[in-house]
Amino acid sequence: MAHFHATVRVSLRPSVLDPAGEAVCAAAQRLGHGAIQAIRIGKAIEIQLDAPDATTARQQLESLSAQLLANPVMETWSLELHTRAEED
Amino acid sequence: MHVGIAIFPGANCDRDVGWALGGSMGWRVTFLWHQEAALPKLDALILPGGFSYGDYLRCGAIASSAPLLRAVADFAAAGGPVLGICNGFQVLTEAGLLPGGLTRNQGLHFICRDQPLQVASQRSLWLHQYAVGDSLTLPIAHGEGCYQIDGPGLRQLEDNGQVALRYLGNPNGSIDGIAGVSNRTGNVLGLMPHPERACDQATGGTDGQVLFQGLAKWVGPIT
Repeated sequence: MAHFHATVRVSLRPSVLDPAGEAVCAAAQRLGHGAIQAIRIGKAIEIQLDAPDATTARQQLESLSAQLLANPVMETWSLELHTRAEED
Repeated sequence: MHVGIAIFPGANCDRDVGWALGGSMGWRVTFLWHQEAALPKLDALILPGGFSYGDYLRCGAIASSAPLLRAVADFAAAGGPVLGICNGFQVLTEAGLLPGGLTRNQGLHFICRDQPLQVASQRSLWLHQYAVGDSLTLPIAHGEGCYQIDGPGLRQLEDNGQVALRYLGNPNGSIDGIAGVSNRTGNVLGLMPHPERACDQATGGTDGQVLFQGLAKWVGPIT
């Protein structure tokens, strides 16, 4: 088994209003960051898992992302399997 | 009439629903713990409002994987009447038993007030006692009640008469002012307003009783 570290990023679909992002954007502009055009808030989910290989790890994480971490009705997700630590 | 009421950790309207159905309607009520995987014989099942599992990840997301939800899905698939109120509505969408999803209110505020509503369809057995276009007032109390669905999904809902209730004066930015939707067969209804809080004049109105009378009328002949 190998140990993997992954990040799943979940974002609201572009068509879905993000009122919290708009509020943060307005605050940024009030602070003088006039160049800021838009802010949208998502989630970054850090995951540690064991799997026999990267392909299996990716499959498991894709399944988890589609099933639980993101709701496809209003969210999209992307997966980074970006660290592979020492193997056992 | 025997109605089951789900209890998730963080639910806070389960006792209100129990009082409304037991005290106001005089029905037998059984509380169902979220870990239960088998149901007693029930005439209907209600998922109450609250903050199930702290609403971590998304409202209703974690509750949708509870053992009880598999039993709820089986009960619904067999035609059993299921009502999801507020967080219960969110749970039903997350579990895929109702279409669409619910996000943060457009104005970001938690809205707690009496809300005028209009009946958009009689497809759901819970709304049989109303006519399309009837108005009613029910309390709302939510921060994440903004109903979301894509264009094709919305057309499908409208074509099938699944839009059950609309807000009069959309308070939270919901697509098409949608306050409640049913499944295609009409036995599963989810709504953000709280009918259980409008079952006694002491709490400001009895419009909520009409949903439960709709259930009683539907169940009546077969029990």
